[in-house]
Amino acid sequence: MLTNKRLISLTAILLLAGILTGCSSPAATPATPSATVKPPQLVNLNGAGATFPYPLYSKWFDEYNKLTGVQVNYQSIGSGGGIQQITAGTVDFGASDGVMTDGQVAAAEAAGGPILHIPMTSGAEAIVYNIPGKSSGLKLTPDVLADIYLKKITRWNDPKVVSLNTNMALPDMAIAVVHRSDGSGTTYIFTNYLSKVSPEWKEKVGNANSVNWPGDIGGQGNAGVAGQVAQIPGAIGYVELAYALQNKMPYATLQNASGNYIVPTLAATTKATEGVTLPDDMKVMLTNSTNPDAYPIVGFTWILAYVNQTDKAKGQTLVSFLWWATHDGQQFTEPLGYAKLSSLAVTKAENEILSINYQGQPLLTR
Amino acid sequence: MKHNQPDKTSPGRVRGWIKLRKGHLSDEIFSNLALVSALIIVGILVGFIIILNIDAMPAIRKFGPAFIGSSSWDPVRDSFGALPAIYGTLLSSAIGLLIAVPISLGSAIFLTEMAPSWMRGPTSFLIEMLAAIPSVIIGLWGLFVLVPFVRIHLESWLGSKLGFLPFFQGPPFGVGFLSAGIILAIMVIPIITALSREAMRAVPNEQREAMLALGATHWETIRQAVLPYCRSGLIGATTLGLGRALGETMAVTMVIGNNYTLTASLFSPGSTIASKIADEFNEATGEVFIGSLVELALVLFAVTLLVNVVARLIVWRMTVVKEEKE
Repeated sequence: MLTNKRLISLTAILLLAGILTGCSSPAATPATPSATVKPPQLVNLNGAGATFPYPLYSKWFDEYNKLTGVQVNYQSIGSGGGIQQITAGTVDFGASDGVMTDGQVAAAEAAGGPILHIPMTSGAEAIVYNIPGKSSGLKLTPDVLADIYLKKITRWNDPKVVSLNTNMALPDMAIAVVHRSDGSGTTYIFTNYLSKVSPEWKEKVGNANSVNWPGDIGGQGNAGVAGQVAQIPGAIGYVELAYALQNKMPYATLQNASGNYIVPTLAATTKATEGVTLPDDMKVMLTNSTNPDAYPIVGFTWILAYVNQTDKAKGQTLVSFLWWATHDGQQFTEPLGYAKLSSLAVTKAENEILSINYQGQPLLTR
Repeated sequence: MKHNQPDKTSPGRVRGWIKLRKGHLSDEIFSNLALVSALIIVGILVGFIIILNIDAMPAIRKFGPAFIGSSSWDPVRDSFGALPAIYGTLLSSAIGLLIAVPISLGSAIFLTEMAPSWMRGPTSFLIEMLAAIPSVIIGLWGLFVLVPFVRIHLESWLGSKLGFLPFFQGPPFGVGFLSAGIILAIMVIPIITALSREAMRAVPNEQREAMLALGATHWETIRQAVLPYCRSGLIGATTLGLGRALGETMAVTMVIGNNYTLTASLFSPGSTIASKIADEFNEATGEVFIGSLVELALVLFAVTLLVNVVARLIVWRMTVVKEEKE
């Protein structure tokens, strides 16, 4: 018995030691100035925010580090966290998949002056499904999708679904609606789309990072939603397009605002920016674009930065990086499943980046 | 049966004698160190409650006591309530205990009273190993093995045989209260088993010998001499298991389905207090939303406290009743 207890306490100690070392290692990345620093003086940057663009951002930071020696520490803590951190001034830039609310903008402006939403890339959300024996071909209209998520259509052989898919022999099976259980920019974009296409959704549920879902099952993260959909026969869910492609999940063809049925692709995602009026501040949701070739559930992801930088060296580094990311950096988007910014979006982003200044002096000039 | 009377030389009297021996510096230092350690623990607890209350204030002020009874969770309209989470917490823990207690007691009885001695060591070691598995691993196993099993076999069987009861209605998703309860049972079985085994091992052998000498069978000995003697220990073991079940987060979040509803069906996806906090805290914005999540934490605190008090009362009542009988 004594040896048992000793073994157990040993295991406990080892586990504890593992936890402690695991905690301490990622935090301790000291800022090491590189030998290849380019003029003007470049320093390291800290950022935090959205998880959706994280794979692209880490590729960018890596490539940019090779080019310039600048090290960017980015914590993918979620869009809400990114907004809080930039407001608190603990990071040099934030990142978000959703537009800051008026209240959030007011709080940030009180803390650090005007704040910019600079678009970096855009992404689409695929409607994935699991109908036994059907690996492709499902067509949906905005109304039907909204009714499914409102739990008004609860079976796959509902006449409304069948009439769109006459060639598909849909089974008499309950539809299991899967949504994100964690608050997420992905949910923000999806509910923004549903609010635009369905007045009933807008009134009953609304648009936010996390909403009062009519049903059925919540999954954590894209992986959680994809996992539930893959496991449960009859399930439907929304995940980032890159995620659906990587996992080879069947996804629906969705009717867009012009009435065309569009397969979610990167090209159709980029098209979405061409049917929406882009305001100068770029705080715009790209959902339900009027472009006839656009996929309708698309959103920008932004880097949030203050117009008035308080540290000249950091400000210069930040604008150089942002310029690079919106230009040369765009080549890394498509291999990773993100859509390129359209040329119009890049022009708007350029104007935003050029407006960033230190004590009234622009940090970058054309 | 006087064996369960405490030793008459109570620890208090011994401590009294020790106090007479004053003047040793090392004793002073040691007693102060011990005092500081005790105060730190109390301080952490008090600080914890104070901070939770401060952070929950926006929600407490907005909703008042109605927070407990409301079943809404709508970040768009800033309207929050705790009822579905409280219900989910109690229901999943109840299912967990319902499965875990008989199995744990059975295995503890086997290990102390019946198993050949060569089996006791390895078996109890394996059971205790189960307690050392991180909950995220159990959750993954639950998601990939248990949930499909529950959906394909258990729920469709229960639905077809007992579908007339409101507990077994609705489509079998696999994820839901039932899976969460089973996962919790797996997680608390090692705790309840280990503690029950210790309680039964503490029963003096004279108890068993006396019973056997009276001509009782093995089963009668266990039922009438062993179990009543360590009843408070068994209830304590169950309470600790329940405490773990109420607060378990990761594994439950992975299999409960994370929907915020109040339904009688065990097949329905639901939420627990801990899973709701884990799900939403990262992306919660606005002080009422964050305040509501913190208030949920306070509610969990209160529920756990309440459950512990009730268990203590049961133990206390049982000992009083027993002493009155003797």
